[in-house]
This record gives sequence, C-alpha cells and structure tokens, in this order.
Amino acid sequence: MRAAITGIGETAVGELPGSSCMGLHSEAALRALRDAGLSPGELDGVLCAYSFTEPHLMLASVFCESFGIQPAWSAALQCGGATGCAAVMQAAALVEAGLCRHVLVVMGDNRLSGLSRDRAVAALAEVGHPQFERPLGVTVPALYALVAQAYMHEYGVREEHLAAMAVACRTHAARHPGAQMRAPITVEEVLRSRVIAAPLKLLDCCLISDGGAAVIVSAADAARDTRRPVRLLGAGQKTTHEHLIAAPSLTAFGCQAAAEQAFGQAGVRPADIDVAEIYDSFTITLLLELEAIGFFEKGEAGPAALAGALDLGGRLPCNTHGGLLSYAHPGAAGGLFHVVEAVRQLRGEAEARQVKDAALAYVHGDGGILSAHAALVLGRA
Amino acid sequence: MAQTPLPRPNAETRPFWEGAARGVLRIQRCTACGAAQFPPRALCGRCHAPAPPRWEEASGRGVIASHTTVHRPPSAAFREEVPYTLALVTLQEGPRLLVRLRGDLARAPRIGAPVVIRFDPPAGPDAIALPHAEAAP
Repeated sequence: MRAAITGIGETAVGELPGSSCMGLHSEAALRALRDAGLSPGELDGVLCAYSFTEPHLMLASVFCESFGIQPAWSAALQCGGATGCAAVMQAAALVEAGLCRHVLVVMGDNRLSGLSRDRAVAALAEVGHPQFERPLGVTVPALYALVAQAYMHEYGVREEHLAAMAVACRTHAARHPGAQMRAPITVEEVLRSRVIAAPLKLLDCCLISDGGAAVIVSAADAARDTRRPVRLLGAGQKTTHEHLIAAPSLTAFGCQAAAEQAFGQAGVRPADIDVAEIYDSFTITLLLELEAIGFFEKGEAGPAALAGALDLGGRLPCNTHGGLLSYAHPGAAGGLFHVVEAVRQLRGEAEARQVKDAALAYVHGDGGILSAHAALVLGRA
Repeated sequence: MAQTPLPRPNAETRPFWEGAARGVLRIQRCTACGAAQFPPRALCGRCHAPAPPRWEEASGRGVIASHTTVHRPPSAAFREEVPYTLALVTLQEGPRLLVRLRGDLARAPRIGAPVVIRFDPPAGPDAIALPHAEAAP
C-alpha cells in the first residue's frame, strides 16, 4: 500500500475529571501533529468516530469546527470497536486515491467521568436487537458470554484460559506508566472476580475510561516530510452480521477473512508477525481472535498464554500497552490505542514494554458482537 | 421500577408479535428459495428475492446453542430479575432465537438440550408476549 502512519498522539487515560469529548479529540490531534511535525493547516482529511457524552449526527464537522480546521474531506465512521482500524484503512484509501495528502484519524470520549457506569452499561446494551434481544435483558457482556459458552463447548476452552488473556494484558499494562490498571493480577483473581454474565467475570471485561487517540495517515511521498513514518503494508475488513441472533455462526466470525485480506496484501503470514495488538473487549474476544487470525490453533491460545506466549519474549507479544482490559477503553479511541501502540513498537519507542527488533505488527479491531472486523499489518519504515 | 424496553412492532415484525400474543411462534420463509428466516425482514436475506417472505407457524422446538446467566443487568428495569438465564435457541427450522430459560433448565443450562418455545402473558400497550424456553417434554 502506498500509505504511511506519520503521526500518533494520545491523551492521558483513566478517570479524567473535567475532560470533554472534544477536548480529548483536540489534545490527541495536537499531539499527533506535533509527533509528525505537521501543522493543522496541512491536514486535508479528517475521520472521526462517535461519542456517548456528546453524540452528534456529524461528529467530524463538530471536531473540525472545534479544532479550527477546514479540511477538504471529512466524515465520521461508525463500526464500533472496528472503527479505529477501519478509519486507518479508509484514510489510506483516501491518500492512495490522491484525494488527500494527510488524513487525521481522531477519536475520544469521556465515557467514565461523563457518564455514570450504569449509563455507560445501558448505552452499550443498545447494540442489542431492539425487538428480539434487548427486551430479554441482554448486555454486551451477556452477548459475548453467549459466544464464550459456545466457543468453550466447541473447542474445550476453560475459564482459566480466558483468565490467562486478562493476566497477559495486565502484565503488559504494569510496564506502561500511563495505563489505567497496573496492579498485577493472577488467574485465580480473575476466576474469583464477580460474575457479570457467566462465564464472564468482572476481570474478563474491558474497562470504561476517559481518553483520546489520534493517528495521521499520509501519502507515501508526503510521508517523507514527517518525522518517523511507519508503513501500512496491508489492510482488510469483513462484516458478517450485526446482531448475535443473526450471526452465521457462534464460533466463527469475520476475523479470519479480514486478517487474510490484510496478510495477503502485505505478503506476510501470521508467523512473521513480531507484535500483535488485538481487540480485547472481553477475554473471549482476544482468545477467539488469536485463534481465528491464525496465530494459534483452535483451543491452543489459552494454554499458550498460561505459559507466557503473549508476554515479552513469548511467541507473540500481544497487547503490549495492556489493551482494553487494562490500558483503557474510552470507546472508539480504545481500538485506536492498539494502532498507536503498534506504531510505537515499530519505532522502538515502547520503553520497558518494547518487543526487541519489532519489524512487523498486526492490529485487529472488532465491532458489535464480533460483527465487523478490521485488520492492519504495519511495518517498520 | 423503570420500564423494561418492550418491543415496538413495525411493518416487518408485527406478524411475529401478533402470533406471540396468541402463543404461536411464527417465522418467515422465502417464497423463492425456501429459506427460513429470523429476525424478520422485508426481503429474503439469502436470495434477495423481492417478494416478501411468507409467515408460517414454526415447530416451536429447538436446541440450546448457547446460554449465559446474567448477574449484572443492562438497566434498573431488570435489576429485580437478576440473575436470569438467557439462551440462544436454534430452531428446528434453522433460525436462531434469543429467549429466557425457565424451569430446571435455567438452573443447569446445557448446550444441545432440546427445548420448546413458550410465551409470557401479553403485556404493555402493544400486548407484547416475550418468548421463553423450557426443557422439551
């Protein structure tokens, strides 16, 4: 692909009293511009996502007005947790088509301080089918729990295998000074945490956070003017359904097709990847995707993670910032943090959590109930 | 107690809820390719035949495809009901339905267990009868 990620930026994460949706967008955008060595006026494309605290029909225009730019092209994109990766893919298409030179992808929300936890849970539950799921009392954890139960049944996955995903993310987060949750946890602590929707327990579920992230995608020739570009080698997407009742399968989703497209375009295989940043809204999300994408055989990701495969020095260091489970999850920006971390790893700027000689990174986002998938393969310049 | 989010029937779903209020499970079937379909839509989601799928009475029998017991409710409206068990049921006709599990099966749900679909008493201004499942007799 003829596109590069030329700037990354993020705000602090966690509970940020006094923060606002647009304030977080602007702070992340400024940091990404500074990182790239670009000025706001050089942006000719803007892609935003969505907000729970300041919802708007045209969030990209709201952001551009607030930030003080008048780009040639802007739009908001909504595909849940896949939005971060999908927006990078869309931005790359814009620069490859010659429509833009520098596209800002920016997302943020004060989901924790701007909403009560109850309101956030209720707002998320609205992804359930309004007539055939929500009236029964579903939550997003319950819908993922239904996937977890089916997947465990089919492939012999046990609850400690799910717990191993949470432990792996927390182990990484402990090395990230900015992560929301840094205290180490054990498999036993995950298993003993309060049941949310069986078999998922509190520590199987992602965080609710405030925070923002931004990425600048530039045309390959324009990238030369920036500081430390990282190459976008491949991208892929796949959508199979929205509501779980209409999913073609409860154990096989669009992850594989999106990943195959991205790997094919990049001309690499899963075994070539040095570091992976994979959507982890729940432990089952991460485990299932690790296996569907081809990093592990079916039923093997859990035992491998228990043996340290996802840690630094393991077979596939994964979610090195701590992921949605331990770094932060402020909504669409949550998926974009995975991209930011992959770029940081490829630049060798990940400090205590650096994967040695990381040259190839894989990033995966999924939205809905494993409904929409977006995959990226990034490479060191 | 806050109101639970009862369905608001629309052009696509009204026949389902009218059947439900009479204790009858109805699904759609394409008149062109014969595919059974749920949730209901204006066209066939498999062959895209423009003719609207026909409604038919389903067997009301299926097996549990997956289940979860919910301890953390989506809203205050469901707080007094937790814990409750939800199941995805694969109907004999093929489509999948989400229901509450009732009876002994709710305490010990099992993937593959045969169930029958029943309906709660109709409630609310639209006389909505929500589906539930029990162990097949």
